[in-house]
Amino acid sequence: MKIGVLALQGAVAEHIRSIEAAGGEGIAVKRTEELQELDGLIIPGGESTTIGKLMRRYGFIEAVREFSKQGKPIFGTCAGLIVLAERIEGQEDAHLQLMDMTVARNAFGRQQESFETDLDIKGINEPVRAVFIRAPLIKEVSPSVDILSTYNGEIVTARQGHLLASSYHPELTDDYRLHAYFLDMAKEAAAAGAKE
Amino acid sequence: METGTSRVKRGMAEMQKGGVIMDVMNAEQAKIAEAAGATAVMALERVPSDIRAAGGVARMADPTVLEEVMKVVSIPVMAKARIGHYVEARVLEALGADYIDESEVLTPADEVFHISKRDFTVPFVCGAKDLGEALRRIQEGAAMLRTKGEPGTGNIVEAVRHMRLITGQIRKVQNLSKDELYHEAKNLGVPYDLLLNVHETGKLPVVNFAAGGVATPSDAALMMHLGADGVFVGSGIFKSEYPERFARAIVEATTHYTDYKLIAEVSKNLGTPMKGIEISKLAPSERMQDRGF
Repeated sequence: MKIGVLALQGAVAEHIRSIEAAGGEGIAVKRTEELQELDGLIIPGGESTTIGKLMRRYGFIEAVREFSKQGKPIFGTCAGLIVLAERIEGQEDAHLQLMDMTVARNAFGRQQESFETDLDIKGINEPVRAVFIRAPLIKEVSPSVDILSTYNGEIVTARQGHLLASSYHPELTDDYRLHAYFLDMAKEAAAAGAKE
Repeated sequence: METGTSRVKRGMAEMQKGGVIMDVMNAEQAKIAEAAGATAVMALERVPSDIRAAGGVARMADPTVLEEVMKVVSIPVMAKARIGHYVEARVLEALGADYIDESEVLTPADEVFHISKRDFTVPFVCGAKDLGEALRRIQEGAAMLRTKGEPGTGNIVEAVRHMRLITGQIRKVQNLSKDELYHEAKNLGVPYDLLLNVHETGKLPVVNFAAGGVATPSDAALMMHLGADGVFVGSGIFKSEYPERFARAIVEATTHYTDYKLIAEVSKNLGTPMKGIEISKLAPSERMQDRGF
């Protein structure tokens, strides 16, 4: 499976390393044309304002929406989760507006409130180490969104069909199970596409 | 739940990769920087070229500068403390700064010791001109590094020298045998374990940005070519004729540093860049890169 990592800004190399450790092929994506050959796309952590602006400047908003229409999986981590969201609390406009949820930016506070912890995630057996850095939270989801994990009662991992989002950074640890989970989503989507 | 772990501190720097961190002196400049696509801002009273011009002792900024800037932007806000000045660093931490730069741009407070950065929850960035300095700062707890360059000069030559030296030294360390590493650790004045890590991975264990002298989009792209993970721009933006244009162009050139047509496009009609200083015209006492060790 060829998984692209949007390489405009942020933790790109870490996602590529994790995807490869999970058995996929990781590709840094800087231009919209490069989306065509992919089976899945990761929007990494970074600064969501910066990533959003650069996506707009280089035509990635439309191109990724088109990519999503084809049923190809997209995984947003931290800033990537914000970019995927339909609504952002306290902001009039959102970025891709693909996943039916409302997110709150910097929901835990400033960098000094950043932390790591163990999380139970639906579909993964043992707890996963999760690194939260100036992390966002998922405040509201539509019934079509599946909640995969919560932290202190708040939603931090969710899936809606071919879209996956986490508030934290699985790419900053040596645990590749969430990337393996996403690779499985890409395999399922490719198999479904092949059947049609 | 654990805060202030090494992974949490270094992780924040990882999220800055491929980005541009801009010096700002007030809320209005911070908004311009954020709108241009900066990944973080550095709040200070004076940019390095003004610090040079003013002379005298340069200290931590008035806390109101940091507070004003934190109020108006949602990207991380950094601030500078003097080398070795624990209390300035604690004050910045208490104010809620997202990152502290233990910076040679300010007048050093301690000529022997740097701050023990492991004692803080807030992460630190430090300058380094060579591999020895880089690893000593990491040992003290720095979660991010940057070249020192020669701040406030608009002259990239020193940043280039530091980046070339560090990458060259890393290549050399990679080629040493295990027994030679002990001697090299002594030579560089660094802990053996950190040097072993560099030997095995072929890179520094933390993110390394370019800083000091970045004044044009091409300067930023050059530093990315040389292996920088991102760029700090100090006087280069708000000492240029049209800061908005420069800020945006430098962000784009950093993202697409191998796309020369794009760099050509964004470099057009930017107006006058900051006025530069030829390094050889600086008296030794004015060289900021020689502060810290």
